[in-house]
Amino acid sequence: MVRFSSSNIPAFQLLSRDEIESIHLASMKILEEVGVKIYNDNALKMLGNAGVEVELDNRLARIPQHLVKECLVKVPSTVKLYSRNGKDNRVLEGNKVTYNPGSGALYILDSNTGERRRPLAKDLVDLVRLVDALEFIQAQSTALVVSDVPQDIVDRYRLYVVLKNSPKAVITGTFSIDGLYDMKRMLEVVAGGEKELARKPMAIFDTCPSAPLKWSELISQNLIDCAKFGIPAEILPMPQLGATGPVTLAGSLVQHNAEFLSGLVMAQVAKPGAPLIYGGSPTTFDQKHCTAALGAIETMMLGCSYAQIGKYYGLPTHMYLGLSDAKTVDAQSGFESGLGIILGALAGINVISGPGMLNFENCQSLEKLVIDNTICGMALRLMEGVRVDNETMALDLIAKVGPGGNYLAEKHTLEWIRKEQFLPSNLIDRQEFEAWQRAGSRDIVKRAREIVQETLKRHQPEPLPSDAEKELDDVMKDIMKRRKISALPLVPT
Amino acid sequence: MEGGILNKLTNAVVDCDIEAATKIAEEALQADVDPVLAIEEGLARGVKIVGDKFATGEAFVSELMIAGQAMRQAMAILEPAISKSKIGRRQALGKVLIGTVEGDIHDIGKSIVSTMLSAAGFQVMDLGVDVPVQKFIEKTKEVKPDVVGMSSLMTTTMLKMADIIKALDDERLREKVKIAVGGAPTSKQWADEIGADGQGADAMEAVQLAKRLIDVH
Repeated sequence: MVRFSSSNIPAFQLLSRDEIESIHLASMKILEEVGVKIYNDNALKMLGNAGVEVELDNRLARIPQHLVKECLVKVPSTVKLYSRNGKDNRVLEGNKVTYNPGSGALYILDSNTGERRRPLAKDLVDLVRLVDALEFIQAQSTALVVSDVPQDIVDRYRLYVVLKNSPKAVITGTFSIDGLYDMKRMLEVVAGGEKELARKPMAIFDTCPSAPLKWSELISQNLIDCAKFGIPAEILPMPQLGATGPVTLAGSLVQHNAEFLSGLVMAQVAKPGAPLIYGGSPTTFDQKHCTAALGAIETMMLGCSYAQIGKYYGLPTHMYLGLSDAKTVDAQSGFESGLGIILGALAGINVISGPGMLNFENCQSLEKLVIDNTICGMALRLMEGVRVDNETMALDLIAKVGPGGNYLAEKHTLEWIRKEQFLPSNLIDRQEFEAWQRAGSRDIVKRAREIVQETLKRHQPEPLPSDAEKELDDVMKDIMKRRKISALPLVPT
Repeated sequence: MEGGILNKLTNAVVDCDIEAATKIAEEALQADVDPVLAIEEGLARGVKIVGDKFATGEAFVSELMIAGQAMRQAMAILEPAISKSKIGRRQALGKVLIGTVEGDIHDIGKSIVSTMLSAAGFQVMDLGVDVPVQKFIEKTKEVKPDVVGMSSLMTTTMLKMADIIKALDDERLREKVKIAVGGAPTSKQWADEIGADGQGADAMEAVQLAKRLIDVH
């Protein structure tokens, strides 16, 4: 992958090459003149030794341009994410897309009552098992912050549940410094050891700086630890336009990029070559309701734009898309998520987090996951494009069928239908009106609910090999012992 | 004459014109306008108008914040004159100590609440963000507030609210204050769980809650 090249151009581009360069130069100027604040003395000292201008008492780090440039060339252009069984490995490079459910939701929309409630451990199990069966959501996430475990270990517990219930790779994060160490132990058990995990990462950790231009102790430490362990880190700046970032898109792009580059420098100084993903979750800030608008068109535009900058740097990219500000699975959630999922694919964003998510970035819905999965399937079909060659143009066939004929019984039709058409499940209604009525006049949410129930009944994710499962249980039990927790849901006694 | 200046103060705040607000505050001093009246009937009235518009979705939060700044900067000019005033004292409804808990650096919501409480007539001491438990305790002892307000925007940091309440209890300060909590992850249920006296879901609720708590106090 040639750095700073135009070879990684996505189908959809909002920024011109000149504009990308202007933003890049402007953010380097911000880093050099304004700097970032890092609430982590060890990180500041480490940066100071690498040539960063550090004011310890102000926690300020002003990063010189030459250091940013040196660090940029060290970051790998490809991150390979491995599934436990090798069947759903993901390559994060170029314009290839991987979808995963939005992570960290505090709430779930109850499938039966439609009410928003705190989730329990069993809800996370259901979600992970459902996602395991959803073909176009190719990676898992620690989607729910479950409420029936002590909150000081909920970060580790989520990962434990995901690892036990699906072989797909995981996008995750931690709420504590030592949470990362426990989670690494869990991943090593499943991967087969520390070296194996470093060679074949199974999880990405999200690290979010605090806009504007600040790194908390927790997040900066997470980032440095990930770098040292060879765990791919997704750096996720998240300015809210007009609140924690300039209200102008270009202004927030400059700030977003500056925050990202400061994280990149921290990671590369900690360990040159540390794998990173250029991510984010910037949003329009709705000034009437003081909420972050994940479904706003500008939010989606920001993601597509900074992804171009990430590609300019030759890096894998990520964005939160496919979510909705709606509180129910309805038309708003449909079009906000649909637009995001499609735009993300057109923009060639490598990791798209968001399917299933409602209520800004805070509620998951199993029914919405099923619906979003279909949209993801449509997006992936879109990116396959139109195949134009002698076979598909089918001149001989057109001649054979001739004027007034039809193609239904032609072998060519049979041969190509599965390759050309995205065949959605019964989630998508294409029945004749009377047939739809006879089938109960059901809307998409009802159909999605049936699919959820049917999938959970039928689908069995590939279980962990029994020795790995026991070792994982032992890691969890060790955590419990250290914290004097006598019992946790789903952990065998 | 006085009515004119009070209206001008209100309008400057509603128009988010900090320069005009401070200029007219100076005019008010020159014209011997009662500074308490200037603050309450002039400035605070302006903030309340913007606050009400914000509650109905007509005004943006940026307008509310700049209006709040206009009020605060004009107040800074008028307040020194209050002690010299023979007409009246500024009777604060009550004292509120407010801060975002340790480990949390979110402050927009809390600052709006501070502004609206000020506009409503409370004396507000804003401790800022990332406030350690000990600082809440020290300042409570020092300032003797009627209400202690705690804000957090993350599920991880809201746990600190329980620590603060326990510390107040240990220091036998709990019964001397009312405790209000706020921030996105909080709820009325959370307030009950940790033994707080109430929760405000937004700035309007926060003001109503503060008023309710001091009535009972």
